[in-house]
This record gives sequence, structure tokens and C-alpha cells, in this order.
Amino acid sequence: MFAFIVRRVLQAIVVMGVIAFIGFSVQHSIGDPVRDMVGERVSLAEREAIRDQLGLNDPVPIQFGRFCWKALHGDLGISYFHKRPALDVILSKAPATLELVFGATVIILVFCFPVGIYTAIRPRAWLSRFVMAVSTVGVAVPVFLTAIVLIYIFGVELRWLPTYGRGETVALGGWDTGLLTADGLLHLILPSVALSSIMLPLYIRLIRSEMMEVLETEYIKFAWAKGLSRWRIWLLHAFKNTLLPVITVFGVEIGILFAFTLLTETVFQWQGMGFMFLEAVERSDTALLVAYLVVVGVMFVVINTLVDICYGLVNPMVRVAGNP
Amino acid sequence: MTHLLEVENLNVRFALRFGDLTAIDGISFHLDRKEKLGIVGESGAGKSVTGFAIINLLSKPGYIAGGRIRFEGREIHRLSAEALRQIRGNRISMIFQDPMMTLNPVLTIGTQMVETVRAHRRVSKAEARTLALEKLQKVYIPSPEKRLDQYPHEMSGGMRQRIVIAIALLTDPALIIADEPTTALDVTIQAGIMELLGELCATEEMGLILITHDLAVVSQVTERIAVMYAGQIIETGSTAEIVARPRHPYTIGLINSLPGTRRAGSRLEQIPGMMPVLTAIPEGCAFHPRCFLAAPECRAARPDLTPVNGARQWAACHRLDQTAQPNLLKDSTSRP
Ligand SMILES: Nc1ncnc2c1ncn2[C@@H]1O[C@H](COP(=O)(O)OP(=O)(O)OP(=O)(O)O)[C@@H](O)[C@H]1O
Ligand code: SF4
Ligand SMILES: [Mg+2]
Repeated sequence: MFAFIVRRVLQAIVVMGVIAFIGFSVQHSIGDPVRDMVGERVSLAEREAIRDQLGLNDPVPIQFGRFCWKALHGDLGISYFHKRPALDVILSKAPATLELVFGATVIILVFCFPVGIYTAIRPRAWLSRFVMAVSTVGVAVPVFLTAIVLIYIFGVELRWLPTYGRGETVALGGWDTGLLTADGLLHLILPSVALSSIMLPLYIRLIRSEMMEVLETEYIKFAWAKGLSRWRIWLLHAFKNTLLPVITVFGVEIGILFAFTLLTETVFQWQGMGFMFLEAVERSDTALLVAYLVVVGVMFVVINTLVDICYGLVNPMVRVAGNP
Repeated sequence: MTHLLEVENLNVRFALRFGDLTAIDGISFHLDRKEKLGIVGESGAGKSVTGFAIINLLSKPGYIAGGRIRFEGREIHRLSAEALRQIRGNRISMIFQDPMMTLNPVLTIGTQMVETVRAHRRVSKAEARTLALEKLQKVYIPSPEKRLDQYPHEMSGGMRQRIVIAIALLTDPALIIADEPTTALDVTIQAGIMELLGELCATEEMGLILITHDLAVVSQVTERIAVMYAGQIIETGSTAEIVARPRHPYTIGLINSLPGTRRAGSRLEQIPGMMPVLTAIPEGCAFHPRCFLAAPECRAARPDLTPVNGARQWAACHRLDQTAQPNLLKDSTSRP
């Protein structure tokens, strides 16, 4: 197991290197740090001097090395618009996005397993058919439409839930959280539901189809022949085998969840990284774009590595393979 | 005295889209305590379906359409789900064909053994583990203590089948149904597993239904045989009797195709043709397209099981008078 974890972490580092290179390429090709620093009204000669001083005329590999070195020390450049280090700007917005992703993940996890398992073991029940029909629609409806419908129903018509911003937050160390106040939690509901609406139907369908396949196997038939209780067969024997492919997909899909925060945050005016990213695009704030890329990349890699390690814990085959 | 297991006129069908398919067409047999019965026949004859019907565990579209199965005096298909659960793996254990597929890949051997005990006995995990160890020793698993914490994929096929047998022994069942327990294994270890199974049934006083397509295997282990063809039992009786004096042309063909009966230099004799698919079972005697004795009457009516050889044996054939001649067998000296 230890060797397996080490190998996964090494892989994660390689992926981080690739992400850094992409970030660097973006900065190198579209950014102009001199403009970011001194504005447009400085003579060409002076600019050239600054370029030399900043090392922008050095060979590309050296510049990339410098980029990585700085990135490792938390320096991803200065935001042109905010006049602050880009990393600071991003990190101040990260809690909002992470809490949104967290909310959506909780909703997905709470519903996908019971619903997926139920529809697998009772495929003919009317409730299963209903769920499957709804999930087919759910997969097809775009997130912003779901979001707007939710806002209309629960915000405009029923006036049950807030639809704008994060509500009241409290600072917890450097982390601005909305999870600890009732108002913050209320504000989290609609955006989380909207964000989960893309993944939840997919997961229900995935778990259902995997589980139905597992239920047909010989070892499940043998479990019945051993006279085990059906709950043990469904929730241990079948479910544990269903979990493996589901975990794999989960690791990939969580990246897509981050991508969809862009839309969700915009519709709900949620002051997170996605919201800020779109602002940065409008303002051509290159340093901020690159910082966003790197930070989201890191989060993605960390989550994926954790998911893979979970997979290793569930799957005995992996444990042995990592155990030389 | 009642038998341990009585199967009477069993009829099993599969409800398919285009209509019902009859897989078992009115078979009857019985088994006494500690008795060993072999069910022999070609692939698709309905052997496995018979085995699963006994514990009412037919795969999805399959259902018992008629007849009765009585086990220890109770009618299996009338039992509640819970009563049935208490019989499965407890009074009747099953051993499946492919040990590579039978054990759950993500659970340890220990878990899969302990849960079986605890599904039927009110014992602690530690007690169940002790019992599991004891049964692993009975099937000659080396270092059983270590095996309990291993996963199935860490073991060979032969080892896994021994473990499946150990699981079957856990609850001291009255009956074990072994469905081709050695077919998926290496030839070199088949004999060992078979011997172990026969030996255990004797020492543990269990009944055995051994399902196989290999007549040589059943003749070594079982006392009685039922030969199946296209969902019917076409000959049944004591193993020794049937091997010595088979009366149904199909059984005769099976025995002639055994490697042991071959005269030096002669070719192995196969029954010509193939068993019919269930959708196209011939009228009359289902075997007639392949039978060397087929006569017009065979096409007209289905033969019933008739007592032969002094009523120690039963065969379903219209031309039993023709099959009494010993010269139909290729070699009468070196039979298994
Ligand atoms: N799940 C199923 N759906 C439809 N038909 C089935 C199903 N299972 C079995 N059958 C039918 O029942 C017949 C008997 O199958 P069975 O598995 O009992 O054969 P068998 O004698 O065990 O053969 P083998 O030696 O190949 O195991 C098959 O020919 C098949 O047509
Ligand atoms: S009834 Fe006729 S066809 Fe069938 S086995 Fe007997 S002789 Fe052959
Ligand atoms: Mg079979």
C-alpha cells in the first residue's frame, strides 16, 4: 500500500509539472508583465530595460525554471486589476468555490447511492422507472437552465431561498466560511443543487448499471446459495464491487464539477474563483488567469490522488500490486 | 420412510420474449440420506437448471412451472423467502463450476466463511473463525490461518475450489449439490478434488448430487446415476448396473465414448450429431435423430421410463428388447 501511495504521489507531481508548463505557456504567449507593471505610457527603451531586468529576454527553459521556482514559493505574479499578488486574490476566493463544490458533492453522495442501489435491485418498480425517466431529462438539461428554473421557483415565486451571493460568512483563520451560519447555509442550497444537477443523474445511472451487472455475477449467485441475508448481499457483496468503477469515474468527474462552477457562480453571483476567472478574462488579467489555472490544477490533482488512494483501499488487487 | 430429497415431475421453464421455453420436462428422482447421486448429460441437457431448481435459485426468467420438490419433508417452492434462506447454505450447500468466479473478489476468505456460519448459527465471529479453520483443514488447505486473511485472487483455482468446498461444509449440510466442480480446473488436480469430495461426503455423512458431463467421474464417486437428455431423465439406476449394462441407446453411446473403453488402436466413438436446442426438441423420442436404433414408432410417441434389468434400473426407450444385447458395448472387459 505504501509503495502504491508513493507511486501515485510521484505521478501527481508529474501532472503538476505539466500544469505548470501550460500556465507558463499562457503567461509567456499572451501576458505582458511590463504593461502590468508600468502601464502603457513608458518609452520603448525603458520597457526594454525592464524586460532585461525581469529576465524576459532570457532563454525559454530558464524562464520556465524561474516560473516554477517562483510558483513553488507562492509567487504567481501580480494581478493587473487588483494590484495584489494573484495567488492571494485566488486564495481569497477559493473557499467560496470549494464550499460550493463541497455542497454539490454532499448532495450527489447522499442521493446517488441509495437511489442508484434501489433502482438496481428493483428495476421494474414504478419508482425506479420514474427516477430513470427524470435522470434522462436531468442529463440533458444544461446547468444554467436548471439554475434559472431553481431561482424562479424557490427565489422569485416561493421566496423560500436566497438566490444571490454567499450570505453571511465568518472568518475561520484565513478561511471565509458560509458553512457555519444559517444564512450562509441557506445561500448555499440553490447553487449546490444546481451544480449537482449535472452529475447526480449520471451517477445514479452509473451506479445502477454497474450494480445490475454485478448482481448477475456468479459470486452473487453463490452468496444467495450460501443463504446470506439479502441486505448483506446487496449492500456488501454487490455494492463493494460496484464501488470500484464508480470511484474511478468520480475522480475524473470532479474536475468537470470545477469547470461547471464557472457557470453556477455567474448565475448565482457567487463570489468564488469561477466568478473571478470570468472577470479576469474580461480584463485580460493574465497573472490571475494563470494563477487560477495553477490553483484549480493543484486541487484537481490532490483530489484525484486521494480518490485513487481510496480505490486502492477498496480493491485488494491494487494493494498487492503496490506491495512488492 | 421418506427420502431426504424427492423431485416429482419437475417442470422448469424460462419465460422468454417469444414464449416459454421448457428446460426441464417432467423429471423425477429421489435421494436418501448419505446417498450419492450423479446427474450426467451433455451440455444443455438441463443439469445445472435441475440443481438450481432444488434450492429455488433459478436465474432470472426461469421458474418452476410444475411438479414438486420435497426436501426433509418440506416443499421447497412453497417456502417463504426466509425459510428458503435458512435452507440454502445451511441444509443444502452448493458448489459451483468455476472457482475463479464463485468467490467475491473484494472480500477476504475469512469474511466469506464467517458470514456463512453467522447467517445460520448464533455464534461470535471468533467462534465462526475457529470453525472455518477446522473446515479448511478438512480440505487440506496448507497454512489455513494465513488463508483466512487472503483474497481469492491470491490463490490458485484448485485452492479456491477447496475453499468453496470448505464453505459448503461449514454448516454440516444434509445435502451438497456440486455442479461440475472440477470442469474448470487443471486436469492434474481434478482427480484430487473429486476424491476429496467423495471422501468428505462419506465421513461427514452428507448426501451428494454430483452434476457432470463426465460419466467416468460419476462412476467413481456415486452410487446412483440419472442420465439426462434434452431436459428429461432417460435412464437411471445404480451406477455399477448402468455402467455394466446400459439399456438406453444414448447411455450406451456415452459409455462407448469413454476413453477407458477403447480397444487398442480403435478410434474413440462419439455419438453422432448434437443435442437439440430446447426450441426444437424432436417429436416422440427426443434422441431419435441421433439414435442407431431409431424406428418409426420412436418418432410417433415419447417413451416412458420402464423398469429393466430386474427393475434395478429404468430406461425410456421403445426398443429396450434390442438394447439388452451385450455386444452393443464396444469392450466389456475394461469398463471404468
Ligand atoms: N438464464 C437462462 N435463460 C434462458 N435459458 C436458459 C437459461 N439458463 C439455462 N437455460 C436453458 O436451459 C438449458 C439447460 O441449461 P443447463 O445450464 O441446465 O445445462 P447443463 O446441462 O448444465 O449444461 P452444461 O454442461 O453446459 O452446464 C439450456 O439449454 C438453456 O437453453
Ligand atoms: S426410443 Fe427409439 S430413438 Fe429413442 S432411444 Fe429408444 S430406440 Fe432410440
Ligand atoms: Mg451446467
